[in-house]
Amino acid sequence: MENLEQLVQDGLTAVKNADSLQALDQIRVEYLGKKGVITQQAKTLGKLSPEERPAAGQKINEAKGQVEEAINARRASLEEAAIADRLARESIDVTLPGRGQDLGGLHPVTRTLQRIEQFFGNAGYSVEQGPEIEDDYHNFEALNIPGHHPARAMHDTFYFNPGTLLRTHTSPVQIRTMEAGKPPFRMICPGRVYRCDSDMTHTPMFHQVEGLLVERNVSFADLKSTIEEFLRVFFERDLQVRFRPSYFPFTEPSAEVDIEWGREEDGSIKWLEIMGCGMVHPKVFEYCGIDAEEYRGFAFGLGVERLAMLRYGVNDLRMFFDNDLRFLRQFR
Amino acid sequence: MKFSEKWLREWVNPAIGSQELMDQITMAGLEVDGFEPVAGEFTGVIVGEVRSVAPHPDADKLRVCQVAGGDEVVQVVCGAPNVREGLKVPFAVVGAVLPGNFRIKAAKLRGQPSNGMLCSESELGLSEDHAGLMELPADAPTGQDLGDYLGLNDITIDVDLTPNRADCLSLRGLAREVGVLTGESVSEPDLAPVPASHQEKPQIDVEAKAACPRYLGRIIRNVDLSVATPLWMVEKLRRSGIRSIDPAVDITNYVMLELGQPLHAFDRAEIDGGIVVRMARQDEELVLLDGQTVKLSADTLVIADHQKPLAIAGVMGGEHSGVTEKTRDLMLESAWFEPVALAGKAREYGLHTDASHRFERGVDYELARTAMERATALLLEITGGEAGEIVEVASDEHLPDAPAVTLRAGRLAGVLGMTIEASRVAGILTRLGLSITDQGTESWTVRVPSYRPDISIEEDLIEEVGRIYGYNNLPVTEPFGSLAMRPREEAVRPLSAVRDFFVANGYQEAITYSFVDPKVQAVLDPDREGIPLANPISSDLAVMRTTLWSGLVKALEYNQKRQQPRIRLFESGLRFVKDGEKIGQQPMLAGIVTGNQLPENWANGRRQADFFDVKGELEALFSLLGVEVRFAAGAHPALHPGQCAQLFLEDQPVGWMGSMHPQVQKKLDLDGTILMFELFLNPIVSGYVPNFKEFSKYPEVRRDLAIIIGNEIAFADVDRVVRDNAGERLTALRAFDVYEGEKLGEGKRSLALSLFWQHPGRTLNDDEVHELFDGVIQALQNELGATLRS
Repeated sequence: MENLEQLVQDGLTAVKNADSLQALDQIRVEYLGKKGVITQQAKTLGKLSPEERPAAGQKINEAKGQVEEAINARRASLEEAAIADRLARESIDVTLPGRGQDLGGLHPVTRTLQRIEQFFGNAGYSVEQGPEIEDDYHNFEALNIPGHHPARAMHDTFYFNPGTLLRTHTSPVQIRTMEAGKPPFRMICPGRVYRCDSDMTHTPMFHQVEGLLVERNVSFADLKSTIEEFLRVFFERDLQVRFRPSYFPFTEPSAEVDIEWGREEDGSIKWLEIMGCGMVHPKVFEYCGIDAEEYRGFAFGLGVERLAMLRYGVNDLRMFFDNDLRFLRQFR
Repeated sequence: MKFSEKWLREWVNPAIGSQELMDQITMAGLEVDGFEPVAGEFTGVIVGEVRSVAPHPDADKLRVCQVAGGDEVVQVVCGAPNVREGLKVPFAVVGAVLPGNFRIKAAKLRGQPSNGMLCSESELGLSEDHAGLMELPADAPTGQDLGDYLGLNDITIDVDLTPNRADCLSLRGLAREVGVLTGESVSEPDLAPVPASHQEKPQIDVEAKAACPRYLGRIIRNVDLSVATPLWMVEKLRRSGIRSIDPAVDITNYVMLELGQPLHAFDRAEIDGGIVVRMARQDEELVLLDGQTVKLSADTLVIADHQKPLAIAGVMGGEHSGVTEKTRDLMLESAWFEPVALAGKAREYGLHTDASHRFERGVDYELARTAMERATALLLEITGGEAGEIVEVASDEHLPDAPAVTLRAGRLAGVLGMTIEASRVAGILTRLGLSITDQGTESWTVRVPSYRPDISIEEDLIEEVGRIYGYNNLPVTEPFGSLAMRPREEAVRPLSAVRDFFVANGYQEAITYSFVDPKVQAVLDPDREGIPLANPISSDLAVMRTTLWSGLVKALEYNQKRQQPRIRLFESGLRFVKDGEKIGQQPMLAGIVTGNQLPENWANGRRQADFFDVKGELEALFSLLGVEVRFAAGAHPALHPGQCAQLFLEDQPVGWMGSMHPQVQKKLDLDGTILMFELFLNPIVSGYVPNFKEFSKYPEVRRDLAIIIGNEIAFADVDRVVRDNAGERLTALRAFDVYEGEKLGEGKRSLALSLFWQHPGRTLNDDEVHELFDGVIQALQNELGATLRS
């Protein structure tokens, strides 16, 4: 039985020296397998007297247990080392950039239009579209701008022939929508418009949003709140707004809207003209077959590029149509 | 409209500063565009008197002058051509500071001492005129500070008037408005009639009565137009942006600014017979005051004599009949022309004059006589002469009536959103000159004065009341309206979803002009003619786009020229095509791609985007939109014949995609491989609303095969044959490998396919799958000549 102790010692040493799970498994077979040297010790029990057998048997079991425990411990540590090794091998530089497509972006005009559409959409306005090549009637006549009207000079119009033109504003969409439906109306008309003018501050094409609300009881006071609220949500600032009498053939009373945009040297408010608005002119209702005694309406119009320039600090209008990627990428 | 603040204050002088005055004008709807001092900033400039002029001993162009005005008479060297003895001039003494912080010091010019400087208008910031010294009147008090003498403590205010407010194109109109705003009374100059002192009367025939309902003429004899226009008038004109010409022209301009009535002075001697106001004869010629010869058209109103046209009515006089220094007798014209008759006429001749600007917008139709008297009085005062009797030809039936307009209190309150006290409303109306002829309990009826032709309906009065009351004093209330929901089709995806898809796939949205270069478009879309603009802004923006590619290729070129090798752009918008007599305006969606498919980095490599990259993106888009779009080989002039697909939804063509044709690319001078697509937007965004179907719980069976077929056979054909023969349980068919190589032989390629079957109610057994699979193989062999690859 001294032999058993020696075997255990040998086994433990072997386990300790085992450097792989395979080697460890071999050791397990060598010592504890069916033909393992410690397992084989059980055969010696037959030579012992029945009184001696239980104690000897227990000793053998203890020896097996001792080696088995060492093997398990060693296995755990080898497995742990193997995982650690694998993890080490599989480590990557997580700071390298990822694979795949990069993101594009919306044009700043679209981005601005979408915001405007959302604000008015939430307030129940529909978004209406219409043709860009328009007839004189819808672009001018029905908006109370007859052929001789001096206001036509304010619209440098692109013509195809005397009766066909590129719309100078999106107001004709309002006319078309009113012609096709019945009041009340609550709509905005976003889109491309065209004026025959090109310099530092004018492009021959730009975008407008015109809005229209027609109800039985709507007033200039309602118009004021609509404009003020819109400008505040658009600029996300509690800015001051003022309404200045002006003239548009299709609204009366008409107003230009100025917003507070910085301060003058003397500390007074610097006002910036931002949009136009007014109460729908009865003539326009007449053209659209709406009874101006029963319904009233307000309308407003704004230049999208102008709002985008102010909102995003763009300093050159023409950049909107160069489509320079270095410009466009700043708005994604 | 430019005017001097001091001049305005001669009419109405409220006790407020310049800024407040301008703010009030602006807030009344007469927008002040800007203001500027009437002279540059200077000190130490006085009225100098040139006592003597002697040649400079060492310089031909310089003169040595003795100038009085300062503490003593000093010597000044001067190079101006008009310096002469006795002349009164602005004199900058030593120590003076001229505009631009230019300090005057005692100096020597070519050896001669010079103590100060004699000044031109431009040196004082009065005008651009630097031709010579500014000449002051002989009675200018020598030694007086020039600023005090000229009243230069003044500003020029520029008001940007809206077209309806023609009444404010005069000092009188502006003063009236300021009077209403400030409550200050307005004073007028002496407008008394000038009695006739001779019997000569012009003969006046008005043929075009509707276009010229009122025409006044008066002959003034023995004027002397060689006299100088008085300085006060020259200065007022200058501060209103009008250059002094001669006394007659200056006076007519002055009265126009003062009262708003354009006037014209003819040389009596050049009028053959009498005046005829008529429509022009087609192609009649007239040399205008500005020297240009115009061919008149028959719809132009002219002032003629018995032989020839003398002037385009209300626009510009003729050179021949204009007054000159030698004119002794003149005929003064004051008329009212119907605005509609004159509308756009000036522009037709490329003209825009102070007169046409006013007549087109509407001059006070009762003003002509008053203005004639005022101008006559000034003429007699300045140029001497004797006035004759005024001849007036008026057609009452063609003159406007002063309309009566009623304002209802209820309507006023409804539109403005508040009730304004009745007394206040009445006060505003009255101050505006709208005399109340009938005041009911709930309404006011007013007579509109002749100077406010813009007022004819109730809304006009509401605007006037609101404007004077102050828009910013009106309340702010939120509108109330219906909360009814609007329908929205679920199957139709919004454009925003399409845009977001492209953004997520690395495309940048572009917005290009709807008018394009016809030369570029002819290369991209040669079979379709773009609709040309009659008045394009430039030749490269002259026709409407028939394809969005016309703009996108320009954007691509722009970026390629700025070192951007990788470009992915998309755009949505209308294209414009002729559709018989009509114009088709079709919403399109287009894109253009060049450079690496993925942004270059360590992991993405640098593979160039190719046909299948873009096709894959479009396929993903179509599945997002819920439409099954078929790609078929096609031919498009802008696309590579071997890499061009036409897209179909069912049998409807919905667009094109492909690589740009190398020839096209060469003509457009573009680099790299360029992929393009253009789709009709409306059909492809109409997808479907999902409808759930039971799915099978039983296993799916897969069989792979590889075939060799001729290159000319499209995958679409293989796909069709497989589907036709694989039975109804086929769930999917995938091509997992395409191979072309030498060992297959010329004109051959290998296609590896996976077929998937599944039964909804049971497990498929090997035999039946085997049978179907065999059938597919047989059909491929029989119908397409495919051979099985071993």
